[in-house]
Amino acid sequence: MNSNAGDKRGERSAWSWWYLLFLIQFVAVLWPPFYNKVEPALLGMPFFYWYQLACVVVAAVMTAIIYVITER
Amino acid sequence: MQNVNWVALSVFVVLFGLITWLGFAAAHWRKGDLGQLHEWGLAGRRFGTLVTWFLVGGDLYTAYTFIAVPALAFGAGAVAFFAVPYTIVVYPLLFLVFPRLWHVCHKHGYITAGDFVRGRYGNRWLALAITVTGIVATMPYIALQLVGLQVVIGGLGISGTGPVADLPLIIAFLILAAFTYSSGLRAPASIAIVKDILIYLTAFAAVIVIPIQLGGFGKIFAAVPHDKLLLAVPGENTTGAYGAYATLALGSALALLLYPHSLTAIFSASSGRAIRRNAALLPGYSLMLGLLALVGFFALGAGVARLPEFAAGFKQFGNNFAVPALFLHSFPDWFVGVAFAAIGIGALVPAAIMSIAAANLYTRNIHCEFINRNPTPQQEAQLAKWASLIVKAGALIFILFVPTKYAIYLQLLGGIWIIQTLPALVIGAYTRWLNDWALLVGWALGTYAGTAMAIAQDLKPTYPLKLGDWTLPGYTAFYTLILNLAVAVVLTLVLKALQAGKPAADETVAADYQA
Repeated sequence: MNSNAGDKRGERSAWSWWYLLFLIQFVAVLWPPFYNKVEPALLGMPFFYWYQLACVVVAAVMTAIIYVITER
Repeated sequence: MQNVNWVALSVFVVLFGLITWLGFAAAHWRKGDLGQLHEWGLAGRRFGTLVTWFLVGGDLYTAYTFIAVPALAFGAGAVAFFAVPYTIVVYPLLFLVFPRLWHVCHKHGYITAGDFVRGRYGNRWLALAITVTGIVATMPYIALQLVGLQVVIGGLGISGTGPVADLPLIIAFLILAAFTYSSGLRAPASIAIVKDILIYLTAFAAVIVIPIQLGGFGKIFAAVPHDKLLLAVPGENTTGAYGAYATLALGSALALLLYPHSLTAIFSASSGRAIRRNAALLPGYSLMLGLLALVGFFALGAGVARLPEFAAGFKQFGNNFAVPALFLHSFPDWFVGVAFAAIGIGALVPAAIMSIAAANLYTRNIHCEFINRNPTPQQEAQLAKWASLIVKAGALIFILFVPTKYAIYLQLLGGIWIIQTLPALVIGAYTRWLNDWALLVGWALGTYAGTAMAIAQDLKPTYPLKLGDWTLPGYTAFYTLILNLAVAVVLTLVLKALQAGKPAADETVAADYQA
């Protein structure tokens, strides 16, 4: 988005379709029926817990990817 | 005093000594003229990606969080894990919205949310509403940090009643007040680095050592009562625990970054890019918070509540004593000192930033707006330093003389109040289509309805909204935000249709919001 910084007129130039990837994070963790269960457990940890912890890592990686792509 | 854990106490005191020195030395770090408010209160907006990471992490993931989230898991089970989705969905918001706010505030020299609203909407009353909300929501939050400190001091074996028992808390408070006064935001930023390293060390030690001692995760989760292991499946015609869980996570995320201490830490970054990078890096803290929530289950698995040596602690602090008790039970004394220092110092960092943020708000948007309109930069900075002392003294008096549960209730209400500033701040970062008076009415109705709903529910965070045959339990802050937005939009349309009053001038232009 920096390439457009010179010509303003637009807040529009700040938008990137890649941002829609953020929606995946919202759906993945804000819909409890997806993950409110014990099985499959991981090392004795119910799915409910390890799934959400895994989502933290996945969300961070996705954010990093979006950052790298949109910063170019 | 016969139960004092001297080894742990010594380590604790040494680490506190270290950060006290650091807090004062910080005045010389990335040196600036501390007689200017943006230097004292925002450290000159000079923090790069790494320092911002420590500062915002130390600011948002507070000592109280590290005590209260595991305590909730210990007492209520699965629902405590809402802290994890909460701290996932907050980062897209940080990534998208807050670099825009950073740019416009940098460009115009805004230090607070009130400054931005004043400039964007040209309405001092809307700015005052945002300011008062910020200060009022922050005060109980500072008080809760002192609660976190109280719990670990109690854990060190310093107990009893009367002035002697309160002495450690008062000393810690004096240290905090002194270095905040002299070094401003540089103090919590430098201390945050030490605190965060200690907290990570503690969290990973807890998550690795304790499950081994207890015989693995399988055994730990087997000790969790069945009805607390997962969310209760909703019955007929209700979204039940699912709706509550999701709206608690989403509503808390929407509220978190609007707090004055969040904005202060974000505005002190050196660029919008540093903020976006942090949206990808800060989840490191979320992971740790999630692991610490599990520590609440470890405490259940270890059965600390049944051990006689911890009976007094649980009696005094309730479930908040679960984590300190578990650490005392599982760690060698010296490491208990490290862990408790991590939590104790973890209270000072956000408390310092919160008091600075509240002081900035008072100075900029109340004093300089309504009392003395033309202070010199030096007067302005001096005023903020005094205001930060008054704010902290208020929090200390509150904690010493008012039962803790009121601080918790007020902090809960604080979340409902602060979220009402979202339309003016977040939507204002994109467009000023919404009318300023419409925003003010929306804010007022949202605040009133939220407070009334919370009181009607005996100060529980969720409200069972009735919609036809359906009951939708959800976070009160979330519901009242929808009300607030709806009122603001409808009133804006009405005012535009009536062509009532020309809106005041907008100081900002579209280009100010990006690099």
